[in-house]
Amino acid sequence: MLKRAKTDKPAEAVIHGIFFLLGFVAVGCVLLITVYLVIAGIPAIREIGLIPFLFGTRWASTAAEPSFGILPIILTSVYGTAGAILLGVPVGFFTAVYLSKIAPAKVRAVLESAAGLLAGIPSVVYGLVGMLVLVPAIRNLFHVPDGASLLAAILVLAVMILPSIIKVSITALDAVPKEYEDASLALGATPIETYFRVSVPAAKSGIAAAVVLGVGRAMGEAMAVMMVAGNVANMPSLFQSVRFLTTAVASEMSYSSGLQREALFSIALVLFFFIMMINAGLNFLLKRGAGK
Amino acid sequence: MKRALSSGRRTYALLMRVLMTAAVGFTGVLTLFLIGYVLVRGLPNLTWELLFTKPSYLSDRIGILPDILNTIYLIAAALFFVLPLGVGAAVYLNEYAQNKKMVAVIEYAAETLSGIPSIIYGLVGMLFFCRFLNLKTSLLAGALTLVIMNLPTVMRTTQESLKTVPQSYREGAFALGAGKWRVIRTVVLPGCVDGILTGCILSIGRMLGESAALLFTAGFAHELCDFFEGLSSAGATLTVALYVYAKEQGEFDVAFAIAALLMILTLLINFLASLVGKRLNRRKEI
Amino acid sequence: MKKLLAAALPAILAFALLAGCMSTSPSDGGLSGSVSTDGSTSMEKVIGALGEAFTTENPGVKFTYNPTGSGSGITAVLEGRCDIGLSSRGLKDDEKAQGLAETVLAYDGIAVIVHPENPVTGLTLEQITKIYTGEITNWSEVGGNDAEIVLIGREAGSGTRDGFESITGTEDICKYRQELTSTGDVITTVSQNPDAVGYASLASVKDSVRALSVDDVLPTEDTVKDGSYKIQRPFLLVTKTGTALSEPAQAFFDYITSDAAAEIIAKAGAVSAN
Repeated sequence: MLKRAKTDKPAEAVIHGIFFLLGFVAVGCVLLITVYLVIAGIPAIREIGLIPFLFGTRWASTAAEPSFGILPIILTSVYGTAGAILLGVPVGFFTAVYLSKIAPAKVRAVLESAAGLLAGIPSVVYGLVGMLVLVPAIRNLFHVPDGASLLAAILVLAVMILPSIIKVSITALDAVPKEYEDASLALGATPIETYFRVSVPAAKSGIAAAVVLGVGRAMGEAMAVMMVAGNVANMPSLFQSVRFLTTAVASEMSYSSGLQREALFSIALVLFFFIMMINAGLNFLLKRGAGK
Repeated sequence: MKRALSSGRRTYALLMRVLMTAAVGFTGVLTLFLIGYVLVRGLPNLTWELLFTKPSYLSDRIGILPDILNTIYLIAAALFFVLPLGVGAAVYLNEYAQNKKMVAVIEYAAETLSGIPSIIYGLVGMLFFCRFLNLKTSLLAGALTLVIMNLPTVMRTTQESLKTVPQSYREGAFALGAGKWRVIRTVVLPGCVDGILTGCILSIGRMLGESAALLFTAGFAHELCDFFEGLSSAGATLTVALYVYAKEQGEFDVAFAIAALLMILTLLINFLASLVGKRLNRRKEI
Repeated sequence: MKKLLAAALPAILAFALLAGCMSTSPSDGGLSGSVSTDGSTSMEKVIGALGEAFTTENPGVKFTYNPTGSGSGITAVLEGRCDIGLSSRGLKDDEKAQGLAETVLAYDGIAVIVHPENPVTGLTLEQITKIYTGEITNWSEVGGNDAEIVLIGREAGSGTRDGFESITGTEDICKYRQELTSTGDVITTVSQNPDAVGYASLASVKDSVRALSVDDVLPTEDTVKDGSYKIQRPFLLVTKTGTALSEPAQAFFDYITSDAAAEIIAKAGAVSAN
């Protein structure tokens, strides 16, 4: 019979303690980030005033009489994300249905790895191609003086969220029980009708989760957008040069000081708040799906 | 007897097929175009000189060796911290944690972390690592920022592979009188090396492509340093260098060369991850 | 395959360590330490060349330059994050009051640039002011094609923007189409849009764009030197008063303000202050 060494017990307790701490590192990080953002972001909001900050329409942080209204910036992020979703979700959705239900195994493997590759490409590469191909193309196609615009950002964002929408939707569609589809086919529905009228609604929460994931990614993208959107804080309009919440922080951070710098932290706080709301929505949808 | 479909149903089927074909075709063409364009414009510029020299103003030459080294140092340093943290957290969640609520809290925290935009990581990283911990603009600060970003990835993949270790293995070891830590050390962990490796590879892929989080934490310098010197000073990684060369210097040839290099590395990493993933799946079926 | 990976990772690390070691030659009794500079993107070529020449002569010193913009460089030296700040605009009074001193390194012209295909070759200062405030919106009004003028400028903390706007009298009222974060970016953007006009450091101007003459004076080193090209500003070295620079930083400072450096500055496209 093996005798357990007497020294094992305290060692076990220490190790348990170590792992316990490691487990809470993630929680600690979230708290750290939240605390820092709040501490950094509140002062400027207090000084500028919540309503003038969130709803003011002029952002002129270094003018002789500075104005810190971020409504155009918030609206740009909202419209930009909405546009990216409008373009990216249908393409991603239909691709996912095809890959999950209809595509032969080899085609599916090839296209899934293509989507995986798209997901792995660094955002600066998207920005580079966007800057040199998309922006001049928009300028020539639509006869606008300058192609760097909200439209360019929307197109780039749509392409960037495509892989995640495809991947998550495929997972959701794959998880639909075969019995549902078999039952539908037995009742006389064509395969296509089955997929769209039975499988898709069954995978509804998963697909919604994919959309929310896409929203989060689009809202948080900075580098690619910085390279194609023009960077002036105008009210958003398709062919105008615009500034997003993310690019507003990135472009002014390095040289800002005083109230301007604090205002940038507040913008980051607003962005963080939006993302938290989106994440909460994601969790809610996932829980609903899992509960079925 | 087969009844024909009504015209309405036939149009519906046709419409859906058209939409799907269009979507799939678009995705495929897009991928091909992106990869093709970057490689065509980048590969010719990926010369030996570019890869192995540092930029020189006096001789008007651009080289990306410092950026390549900075990227390697950054990823090595980040992995050094994220692997023990992530694996440890996963081990805790899977092996030690009793309270279901605590597990839910930690998992929720990990989910939250993976959703936060990288620019916010850059900002908080700058505030916390560069200012508060006084690391200044350095690769180390950038590496630590990446550690927090990739913690969820490593945690998740390690957890998944921990779950594939059959409970009978653990029970057998306990029955033989081994303590918990010994069981984990000798039975469980060796069995999930594949999963940890996958997490490693996935993290490397993510870190390779990260730029926004590094702008304010790791800076833009292009100096050749050795490992420890490099960690303590500012340095541009490949992605940041791409951004600077493309946007601020108009050196598109160099930018595309870097993009092609990154593309090839991404392809390689995807391939490696799928290889390891396949091995993991094969073990799951045992 | 695992073995291959296991062998590959340390091999890469070893290569990296070795490559790094090869680059830092042992300092043989010379200066050692580091010099960090931060700031103006317009000064990149000048300070880069000077830094490289300095480290070639003093291999034990590490030189870094962070291109973040004049405003950021001033903040950096104030907060002690770098040794010498670089600014392409004069220090404001409240910046001097916080304990900063400026030393002129060189003078640089701000070129007004257009796409090489743009038929316009010169503008008067008044026309430039009107274009940038939005009074003139079409190239045909100044002798060019019938196309809308696309205004490219710099971000708010830029020394180049400060210099341009103060000389053309357009502070705070410029209507930019795009606000970019570096001189090189402006050059890149203008080189890609036939209807764009922008301003950039003369030292950085490349063949991809054409510099216009202002009031019939083309921007060259000579016209900047004798003042006939009106749109120009100084390249400044910003240091903290009352805090001595570290030994390598002081040596660097002395080197670049000496006559020996004048030739390098000239080659980089600026006009030396000596």
